[in-house]
Amino acid sequence: MKDMTPDDISGEYREHMFSYHDGTQRKVLFTNTETQLPEGRLIVSRTDLDGIITDVNHSFVEMSAYHKDELIGQPHYILRHPDMPAAAFGDLWGTVQQRNKWYGYVKNLRKDGGFYWVYATVIANIRNGDITGFTSVRRRASRTKISEAETLYQTL
Amino acid sequence: MTHNFTISPDFNPDHISGWYIFNTWFQRAINEQIHLELYNSANEQRKAIADDQIELIYANPYDATVLVRDKGFIPVARADNKTDEAIIAVNHESPILNVEQLTDGTRISSTDDPDVRMMCMIMLEPAGLDKNNTITTQRDAYILIAKDLLKNDADIGFFLEETYNELSDMTKKQLRPIVRSQIHVIHHLLLVGPKLAHKKNDIQSSLLSMAEDSKGAGVLKSLNFERWIAVEQEEAEFMIDLMDTLTE
Repeated sequence: MKDMTPDDISGEYREHMFSYHDGTQRKVLFTNTETQLPEGRLIVSRTDLDGIITDVNHSFVEMSAYHKDELIGQPHYILRHPDMPAAAFGDLWGTVQQRNKWYGYVKNLRKDGGFYWVYATVIANIRNGDITGFTSVRRRASRTKISEAETLYQTL
Repeated sequence: MTHNFTISPDFNPDHISGWYIFNTWFQRAINEQIHLELYNSANEQRKAIADDQIELIYANPYDATVLVRDKGFIPVARADNKTDEAIIAVNHESPILNVEQLTDGTRISSTDDPDVRMMCMIMLEPAGLDKNNTITTQRDAYILIAKDLLKNDADIGFFLEETYNELSDMTKKQLRPIVRSQIHVIHHLLLVGPKLAHKKNDIQSSLLSMAEDSKGAGVLKSLNFERWIAVEQEEAEFMIDLMDTLTE
């Protein structure tokens, strides 16, 4: 996966080097600019068993600031923000692989370095008894819950 | 042998005659005897489903989950260009301009349509509202929700968007939507039960060609549908997964 480049970033930014669970490394650039998910919208995506994005809806594309063809085929961690603790994602994968529903407040990273908070739910897609992929649905979160999540994530 | 057909009770009462006309057309098209049974509430219909009394249904997304996953129903078709969206509305004189201005103790007027209620409760989350800090009055029809708002007996009302749009102009002038869902992938589905599964292809092809037939086109018009389009198993499964993520 390509590093983020300053050409795509709006405003002042900081850098962070991620080392993902699959051995990939990526430099991300992030700013303090927040974009709010408009009321009434849902962000929907599907991944395969390895977390590779197979489908996204219009709201996903719009909020991520990527083009759809830049997203399909990429790992879902393309959206991971440096402020999100790795433990939250470990919990997510452990939960859905056991066929349980995962809920949580997530700060996502946009292509332009900005961020957006969502309340996310992820479930396994079970077909004929087997897990064939995962569906994630994200919705607008309350500011109170976001503040609580920010405080908690700083401790993890 | 007569098969029982029903439709989700959230339909607009103006279209009741349209569904009876559809049923007449449909029996001829697939050469089966079909009885259209209409229920007054989602709960009554759900009991009939639980008792295996239904073999063909135009189901709301919430019930489609149970029908496909637990009862072995097969998706056949959905109305083109119709998605299930919800509206939260207020009296037009209400000071509330958006969801985040709502506070604990908000009075809600709602029908028992589970999909609309679920979508609207999700849209209240940014205000920190849920079933524990709101007061809900359940009504049998959307027009009664409008009346609750007009009489200030409720602060907000939950509507299926299509039904809201079909309220009279006079009523709509006295209401104001504060939020509309934009989900785009949740639909009512026409499903066939296991006893009619062998007729799925016949039913599907009859429905898909309906708009090309002059009588069929007239029937569609009476339902306010443009045409039917096919729904395959995976599309329905995807919608059901999505509904599952929204149900807690």
